This record gives sequence, structure tokens and C-alpha cells, in this order.
Amino acid sequence: MDAPQVIVAGGGGTGGALAHDLALRGLAVTLLERGELTSGTTGRHHGLLHSGGRYAVNDPESAVECIAENRILRRIAPGSFEENGGLFVALTDEDMDYLPRFLAGCAACGIPTRELTVADALALEPGLTPALRAAVWVPDATMDAMRLPLRFFATAQRNGARLRPFTEVTGLLTAGRAVTGVTLRDHLTGAEAELASDLVVNATGPWCERLAAMAGATVPVQPSPGVLLALVGRLCDLVVNRLHPAGDGDIVVPQRRLSIVGTSAWTVTDPDDLEVPDEHVQAMYREGARLVPAVASAAERAAWSAARPLIGATAGAGGGGGRELSRTFKCFDHAVTDGVEGFVTITGGKATTLRAMAEATADLVCTKLGVQAPCRTRDTVLAPHTAYYTGRAA
Amino acid sequence: MSAQRTVLLKVFRHGPADAGPRYDEFRVPAGPRATVLDALLAIRRRQDPSLTVRHSCLHGSCGTCGMRVNGREVLACVTRLDGLGDPVVVEPLAGAVVIGDLVVDMEHVYRRLEPVGRSLVRASERAGEKDGKAGPGPVLQDLARFEDCIECGLCLSACPVAGDPRFLGPAALAAAERVLEEPRGVDPKAVLGLVDDAHGAWRCHAAFECSAVCPAGVDPGEAIMRLRGRLLRDRLPRLVGRYHREART
Repeated sequence: MDAPQVIVAGGGGTGGALAHDLALRGLAVTLLERGELTSGTTGRHHGLLHSGGRYAVNDPESAVECIAENRILRRIAPGSFEENGGLFVALTDEDMDYLPRFLAGCAACGIPTRELTVADALALEPGLTPALRAAVWVPDATMDAMRLPLRFFATAQRNGARLRPFTEVTGLLTAGRAVTGVTLRDHLTGAEAELASDLVVNATGPWCERLAAMAGATVPVQPSPGVLLALVGRLCDLVVNRLHPAGDGDIVVPQRRLSIVGTSAWTVTDPDDLEVPDEHVQAMYREGARLVPAVASAAERAAWSAARPLIGATAGAGGGGGRELSRTFKCFDHAVTDGVEGFVTITGGKATTLRAMAEATADLVCTKLGVQAPCRTRDTVLAPHTAYYTGRAA
Repeated sequence: MSAQRTVLLKVFRHGPADAGPRYDEFRVPAGPRATVLDALLAIRRRQDPSLTVRHSCLHGSCGTCGMRVNGREVLACVTRLDGLGDPVVVEPLAGAVVIGDLVVDMEHVYRRLEPVGRSLVRASERAGEKDGKAGPGPVLQDLARFEDCIECGLCLSACPVAGDPRFLGPAALAAAERVLEEPRGVDPKAVLGLVDDAHGAWRCHAAFECSAVCPAGVDPGEAIMRLRGRLLRDRLPRLVGRYHREART
């Protein structure tokens, strides 16, 4: 019998990691992405490889996922990270009150921490505001938002996955209540075609509700954009986080000769509806400067927004702000949730957890297709990102 | 808030099924912050979904959205429409295979870069400062940072010599200079052998167009000049040795 055919819809980091995982397990994988790989949400993030510190108090499930994947990614993608660590800095009485809960939360989640004196923190990171009152080091790191996923794509391609950027899923093929494939449009050639499969995985992130609706299924996900600001100048070498529950402008991430201040948050119903409100840009400047004073006078390189898929509410439900929803991920077997066979959705999570998201999804896919093959991605060292381009000719 | 204006874009179009390239015109509303990429994405979304554009990070850090705007190589995501005049002419990078519209095959960049073997991560400029630290507390850790080059291909497009596929080109030569400066496990002799070649460092005509268009501050032209200086210094002992041997005969 031929290998089972799986279509992965969505060419972000999760789609790439999933194609890699499934290819290693011997499945025949075709990945479809309407634009360039990582052109949706994946490529737009600030580049933080989370230690989990930002979620240790309010979202411990996400925090545990992050520190586990932080360790795995350093091992399987060596040479892909600025491993300088991160600092959580307290500025106010409220921050100082939060400190014991932060340390306890990190300990409970297995996140290593080191409390620093003010003098030591400033020696380690001279870019810090001298107004800091306490600082905690954590094993944050930074990554290239595109080049890390490209390593997954390169490895998947090497192992036989067929990657089709600029190819959009325009509909789903069905037989009764089962999904049997997709209709697609190749934007490079203009050709339209049908592609049959044994199973379709919806890895479209904040767009996943749209694709699920084509199958008569629902996914409780809210697209949540936020503004990020890129400033000219490497204003710090370590990631600098505010020591308080997550808020706007509470992180500064070095990125080559830039510094990224993030992130505001709101909710929308259409993940392509991405504005960059000027008041949000000004908030990034104002709050970022509280952590790293040089932010205040740094020239703007770019301001942009990225929609994240947050689990926990149906789009359009309104109500709470974007940050209250969990940053963990979830895999939906629509045969169970909606009575739709041959269709699975993976959504939520973040760039740091892309491998774990793929593993959970691939486990489900293999169970559904009767494939008995274990996950090997936590130990398989990834091909270099350059191989995605040079490997295609071979 | 400043008023919006309407910008006319003339965009290069070409697909495998087309008889030949053409330019389509689009009028796009643009706010004061709008970039060329914003305009192209608005066209895709509202006027012509078949327009193909590469992009990813939206802030000049991944190097994906390189193209020529009014004849000059730029990253579309950090190029404001304000000040570009009317119409704005948008074309793919030169010297590469056009896969569709503004999408080019980046194989021509990576095929040259890969043999050099330069790592993505380098020592931070601050790393050397640790020698001066004598205070108590944590020792200044080995700080790292990513290399400046974002592999965007703008330099290859702008270089007047890079049309010859045998030429290593400015990105690879600048990467080689970085490897010689900080080998990180790569054999410097192998890199020297690669670049000391008629199609390596010596093929550069010192036009410095690569440095003029580099969006990441790499200055590849200057890197190539340093590389040549190094090659000449390495050659000198061999020349002197030969002279002395010849003099003795």
C-alpha cells in the first residue's frame, strides 16, 4: 500500500514542523501555503525563544511547554539562537510585590532563575534603566523568526515532503461528512486543481476558523493582533522583560542591529485586518523606554502587526481583551468535535512550541490513519536553513 | 493624523503561462506610514489576488521582500511610499529567475553562500569587554548575536558583475571575510582557497553598489577590499620566498 497522503494547509512554523514530523514517520506530505512560507503570523514575531517566564504565573501550562521546547530546540537546531538569556526587571512597588509569585511560578514550571543585584544586572546589561529595583535572569534566547522554521521546512523537503508556497486552498473536497482533499489555486501559474488526501490538517493559525468552516466544523479561536515596533540600534544584548503580568510594551528583544519592542493586543474577526494604530506605536516607545531608556530616542525602522491565534473564544464573541486568552495550543479532531472525518486542526501556541504542536498533531494523525510510528523530532538535528533553497535543485 | 493620499503603482507581472512580462497599474490609498509592501498586500487583498509577493517579518530582519522600486534595490517592508513619487515602479530583483511577478528563486543567493559555511551566530561586539571587568557578581557571559547579513539578495541584484553566475558575488565574499575574522569551526584555508580565484574576490570591480543597497549595514564592498588586502598579505611570503630562491640560482 502507498503511504497515507496528508495535506498540511498552512506554511507557518507549525505547518513546517508538522511536515517534518510526518515525513519522518513515512507519510506522504503535501504542504500548501497561499503566500511565501512564514508570511502569515510566524515570520512577524519578535524572535523570542521563550523560557516560559512570561507565563509562569498566569498560564503555567504554556510556561511548562515553553521551557521544555526551549531546551529541545537548542539541541535540534544548534547555531540558530542568540543564547544570551533574558532579564525580568522590577520597576515599581507592584512589580516588587509580583517578584515572589514570579519566582515561585518559575520554580513550579521548571524554569531556572537567578536573582541579581541591581549592580550585577546593570553590569550584565548596561542598556537597562538605572531605575530598576530587582532583576531575575532566565534562559530566554532569541531566534530568527523565519530561519528557524526554514530548518524544519528544509528537513521535511529532504525527507520527501512536497512544499508548495503560493498555493492557496480554495475549498475542501468532501464525501458526505468526510473531507477527502482540497481544491487549490496555484498563484504562480494560475492553475486550479483538486488534490485528494487521506487527511487534511488545518494549520492556518489565526485563519483556521475560516478553513474549518469550509468543512462544516468550528474552532474556538480568536485572532488577536498586536503592534510591534522595530528600532534602529542594538539597544541591549539580553532580552529585557518587565516583571509583572504581561502587558503592552513590556519586552525589548535585540535582533541584529535592531531592537524590537512588543506587543500590544486587541481582537478582530478577520486576521487579514491588520492595522497599526499610531497610539499603539507611541505606547511601545513609552513603555519600552521604561525598561531600556535608549528606546525613547531610537529611530523607527518599522511598525507592524501580527495576528495570533488565541484559544478560548469563538471569533466575534467580543468581551475580553486579546491577552486574557491562553497561549497554549490545542489539536482538534473534528471527527470527535463536529462529526467531520478526515480533518484535523492545530492552533494556538507560539513559535517556541512549534515542534511540540507538530508532535501532538502528528500523533493524532497517525492514530487516525493507523500508522504506528513514534515521533523522532525531539532528537533529529535539523538541516541548515540554506538547504531549503539549495536542496530543491537536487 | 495626516490625510491619506492615492499612489499609483506600476507593478511588473510575469507568470509561466504568460506570453511575456507586462506592467499592471494599480491605485492604492496610502496613509503616512504606508510602505511599498503594505501597498502590494492591499493590491493582493482588494484588487488582484493573483499578484505574488515574498514577505515574512515586515520589519527588515528576514530579507524576504527584496525587490526593485523605481530602479533601486530595497526591502519593500521598510520602504515608505512617501517620497517615492508617482508612479512607483515595482520590479523583481535582477539577475534571478522570476518564478512569478515579484517572486524570484533565491537559489542563486544560497548556492553562493552555502560553500562559505558562515554561521548565523557570531560573538557580540561587547564580548571583548569582559577583559576589563573585575567586579564581583556574575562574570560577563559570552554574548552572542546574529550576523548582520540577512541574505536578501539586494547586493547581487545591484552588482554590475553578478550577472555572471560564476562570480561568487558580494554576499558570499562578505560572508567569507566574516569567516576569516571568526572561523567558528570552519577551516580558514578552505575559505581562502574559495575566494582567491578569478571569480572570487578578484572579480569585483569595486563599484560598491552592493554597499549602497545593503539594508543591514554589512558594507560588502568594504569587506571585499579587506579580503583582498588579506589575500595579498598571505601571498607576500610566498612571493618573497620565490624571489630569494631565484636569486640564489
